[in-house]
Amino acid sequence: MTAVLSIKELTVSFDGYKAIDRIWFDVFAGQSFGLVGESGSGKSTVLRAICGLAPITDGTISIDGAPVRVPRGKDFHRKVQMVFQDPYGSLHPRHSVDRILSEPLAIHGVRDAERRVLRALDEVGLGNGFRFRYPHQLSGGQRQRVAIARALILEPKILLLDEPTSALDASVQAEVLNLLEEIRRAHKLTFVLVSHDLAVIAHMCDRLMIMRRGQSVELVEASALASGTVGSSYARSLMVASEGFRRGRKPSEVVSDRRHQPQS
Amino acid sequence: MSDTTWRQWLLTERPQSRSQARLGRTYQAWRRLADNRLALLGLTIIIGLLVVAGFADVLATQSPIVGDLREARLLPPSAEHWFGTDDQGRDIYSRVVHGSRLTLFVVILVAVIAAPVGLLIGTVAGYAGGWVDAVLMRITDIFLAFPRLILALAFVAALGPGIENAVIAIAITSWPPYARIARAETLTVRHSDYINAIRLMGASPTRIVARHIMPMCVSSVIVRVTLDMAGIILTAAGLGFLGLGAQPPLPEWGAMIASGRRFVLDQWWVAAAPGMAIFLVSLGFNLLGDGLRDALDPKAGGR
Repeated sequence: MTAVLSIKELTVSFDGYKAIDRIWFDVFAGQSFGLVGESGSGKSTVLRAICGLAPITDGTISIDGAPVRVPRGKDFHRKVQMVFQDPYGSLHPRHSVDRILSEPLAIHGVRDAERRVLRALDEVGLGNGFRFRYPHQLSGGQRQRVAIARALILEPKILLLDEPTSALDASVQAEVLNLLEEIRRAHKLTFVLVSHDLAVIAHMCDRLMIMRRGQSVELVEASALASGTVGSSYARSLMVASEGFRRGRKPSEVVSDRRHQPQS
Repeated sequence: MSDTTWRQWLLTERPQSRSQARLGRTYQAWRRLADNRLALLGLTIIIGLLVVAGFADVLATQSPIVGDLREARLLPPSAEHWFGTDDQGRDIYSRVVHGSRLTLFVVILVAVIAAPVGLLIGTVAGYAGGWVDAVLMRITDIFLAFPRLILALAFVAALGPGIENAVIAIAITSWPPYARIARAETLTVRHSDYINAIRLMGASPTRIVARHIMPMCVSSVIVRVTLDMAGIILTAAGLGFLGLGAQPPLPEWGAMIASGRRFVLDQWWVAAAPGMAIFLVSLGFNLLGDGLRDALDPKAGGR
């Protein structure tokens, strides 16, 4: 298998502060790669560095074996697209769904815009009736579907997902995750998914990297996560944390768990 | 279609076409504006001004420029001369009616010149940041530091008196506040996810500023322009009053007050009629601007 996205010794620093410190990973075609970590661990910054919203201080990011150019060209944006965390902030409040979806097509000079817009809406499970609505007329889940449709409309190969469900309530989360999984299979997409929720990552991803304070803690196969055979104590403490609050646990156990957790 | 079906068509949650969606949005803004009685009063005054300016030839009873110097000098208001006559024997009512055209000309031209310039400079400065921002904003600061009327006076003095030069002078001095507003609005949206998203689509900076940032700034600039209209009219009148705006015998309201100043105690109507006109139109623009602020608020419309 060849790596579609390959990251070598990536470092991102802001005013001398290293948000990401020498990260390595490869993502293979058609795979889902997960990035997990607590808030502030730099997982979102990795995505932003890939797509050009954060500066690359050091190291290389390669797509299909070729290092990305700075600034990114139009061909890059055709290959790599991103879905943002907050669907309430990622859609232009003054643009209708139609305008939001047509804009990327206009930028790239795609001709059959009409058909592509309708198909994209159809694909994310929003009918034609949503086409001329404005974001304030949509629910959170519907907005995120529009954001996914926008990311798909240029038919990219790699989709970067920055906590795509964390702003949605639990019932909608599952719907959106299933939709993403369907789309990945239908289009043979490669996903890079960021989440703080190990359950989501375990459900979606083949491989994942656990991050802490801008550094990679461990690269894990999803199967290892399922069987609980992860190496580092930090990964284990994240797993315990993701199981959440359990009734009837003695306070002493909670304290002993917390010893493994990071001091933040 | 009856009234209720029209309304349903406009307010539908599922518009069927681009134009229906746009009309529906406009209609909602209009309803917010119509809820505000004072804004409607302001709108009525402005529409009145437009009508008077449009039909000035029909509405005026006599010539605004040629007067009867022998028989009709400084007559008080009467059935024949509704607002009286001035020292040249001209009918003041006809002059005020024709003066509305000059006022409208000044206001529209200043708005058309100053607002886009301010909007462009503000959004470009806000989006580009760095030295572009610094240079553009320092220029804006320089213009803001001058008292507006004095700067306009200097320009008119350099360009020569006349209504066109007055318009240019006022326009040059009134864009900086719009640039400031546009820049402030740009700074709040430029790092938002929807601007990031369109950057990720590969949009050029020109496209981002023109099609994605400007629409977010336009409504606050429109509101500010409407509120400034009163100030523009007063500046134009002030220049006219000082003899640097419209030249005689043009019936400009400020110039009319200036000529009535000499006998304001004995023949008060000469200055009172154009004064009332300036007051009414300024009030109208202010009330409308206040209403527009509520109606066009992107936060109110966005939710």
